[in-house]
Amino acid sequence: MGLRIYAVLYLIFLYAPIALLPIFAFNDGTIIAFPLRGFTTEWFRQLTEIPALHGAVLNSLIIAVSSAVIATLLGICAARAATRFVFPGKKGIMGLIMLPLVLPEIIVAVSLLVVLLQLGLPLGAWTVVLGHVLICVPFSVAILNSAFQSLDVSLEEAAIDLGETRWSSFRLITLPLVMPGIISSLLISFTISLDEFIIAFFLTGTDPTLPVYLWGQLRFPQKIPVVMALGTLLVLASVILLAVAEYVRRRGAARTGQRDTGGLM
Amino acid sequence: MKDTTGIDRPIIALQGVEKYYGDYQALRGITADIGAGEFFSLLGPSGCGKTTLLRTIAGFEAPSAGRLSIDGRDMSRVPANRRPTNMVFQSYAIFPHLSVAENVGFGLRRSALSKEENSRRVGEALEMVGLGGYGSRAAHALSGGQRQRVALARALILKPKVLLLDEPLSALDRKLRETMQMELRKLQRQVGITFVLVTHDQEEALIMSDRIAVMFDGQIAQLDDPQTLYRRPVSRQVADFIGVMNFLPAQAEAQEGRQVAVTIPGLGRAEIDAEQVPGGLHPGQAASVGIRPETMSILFAGEETERRVAQATVEDLAYYGDMTYYTVRMRGVDAPLTISMKNLVGRPVLARGTETRVAWDARSLVLFA
Repeated sequence: MGLRIYAVLYLIFLYAPIALLPIFAFNDGTIIAFPLRGFTTEWFRQLTEIPALHGAVLNSLIIAVSSAVIATLLGICAARAATRFVFPGKKGIMGLIMLPLVLPEIIVAVSLLVVLLQLGLPLGAWTVVLGHVLICVPFSVAILNSAFQSLDVSLEEAAIDLGETRWSSFRLITLPLVMPGIISSLLISFTISLDEFIIAFFLTGTDPTLPVYLWGQLRFPQKIPVVMALGTLLVLASVILLAVAEYVRRRGAARTGQRDTGGLM
Repeated sequence: MKDTTGIDRPIIALQGVEKYYGDYQALRGITADIGAGEFFSLLGPSGCGKTTLLRTIAGFEAPSAGRLSIDGRDMSRVPANRRPTNMVFQSYAIFPHLSVAENVGFGLRRSALSKEENSRRVGEALEMVGLGGYGSRAAHALSGGQRQRVALARALILKPKVLLLDEPLSALDRKLRETMQMELRKLQRQVGITFVLVTHDQEEALIMSDRIAVMFDGQIAQLDDPQTLYRRPVSRQVADFIGVMNFLPAQAEAQEGRQVAVTIPGLGRAEIDAEQVPGGLHPGQAASVGIRPETMSILFAGEETERRVAQATVEDLAYYGDMTYYTVRMRGVDAPLTISMKNLVGRPVLARGTETRVAWDARSLVLFA
């Protein structure tokens, strides 16, 4: 019983702030406090009228798509190597790849900034992509590892035996079978990059990403309801993307009759 | 190595094939010819190199030394996808995202057949393995036996010169395995393609093969037809691996002509034919004789025989229904012997501790070092 109360309190503590977002996004008042004043969609309307915000959204989308694609491509290579081959130093290399998962983001961000400045490279969208790829690859590898692991090693050999080349048997057999994992990895990497703040804050240069833009707006109290509205949309988008990613992964596993081997959720 | 190659034309020629993985030598100089249209088995315990040899023939492993030619063509520069061989994998490797028909027709992708020709050949191949009408099923929904048939049809549709089978029956339950053994044998005769089967099951190898290569430690210990392999194993190791063999200590000396005199403590002195001594073994070096359980028999009350007789006590028995396996101890012999008796009508099953007489025949003895 005590444990149940604890669990409920824990969930409230975790999700209550997120539940507050939509409540105040629709509240007809500029001050974030109870009692509520009334219902309005004014803040959502204002969202459509800020050019700087639109620039930030576009910037974020470009960065998130690039990061997702690059991280997933790297993830495919790493997961295939990790599940198919035995080579010296494999454990160490895989450990290094997964390290950003536990490394404080602020450290990653500051070190990257120092290195880039030392090299005299200009900051911009591509430096953010660089940082985001670094933190997305561990997720991508974790998802794709489980996709590759459930594959029988003989499948590709069977295709080669039947006349296909190494590349065509990968394309015809392996790729369709790990496709749910690839889509899942793309969506999750996209979501991580879209929401990420610290690395983007340090490496973004003059064109802010959406989270960086949001943070800037918090200095103006009258804009807070607009930020709430934006936050509501972001949470909704994240939840939908993650749900789609998991749905695709599970459906793919069921269609080929594989045992569900986990994934992220 | 004794090699009674009764083959017309070799389809696979192996010459001194070796394979190293780092320092580990998986194949230690394999030389053998496999005949066209033959059902050939590679038999041995796990780790003996039989699968490595099969994968070398398929082209998935490159030999470290030696030559391999298939149908007279040297294979050293021919990759797996261009070899006239097809393989049935141990896991069957059925493509789970394709239908049964797409699986079976996979090898035809590159031959640019018309749609009708393609589906006609897929239908034929499925018919051949007894899966007619299964084409539209999802491959991952099949049972183990059905998957195995799909794998067979998929490998045979390209009409390979050699079909390679990597322990194809080991995942099936016993009843199904026995049915598939007979079916595979029948199929092989029907299509006339050379089958090379890897198995660790000696019974399976004996039932199915024209010839068997028994492998230990990366070498062929004996290559013979099943009867010769069973009746005249060339070493204790082979004899022990194929069926059940009783070993007794013995001394032997060559006589004039083709006779060899053997002295076996407990059984006495016997004369055997030189054919019962493995090639390369000097009778003087022989330290033991082998005798199969079914070549000896328990003499039940009142039975008489012209064979040699010895006294024994039943120490233990195992009743199999059709057979009874007796473990007996002969007077003056340290090791217990196994004797198998068919449970004929009216024949009793002896109890433990029964004193009995055992008949044996010098013609069934084999000498070992």
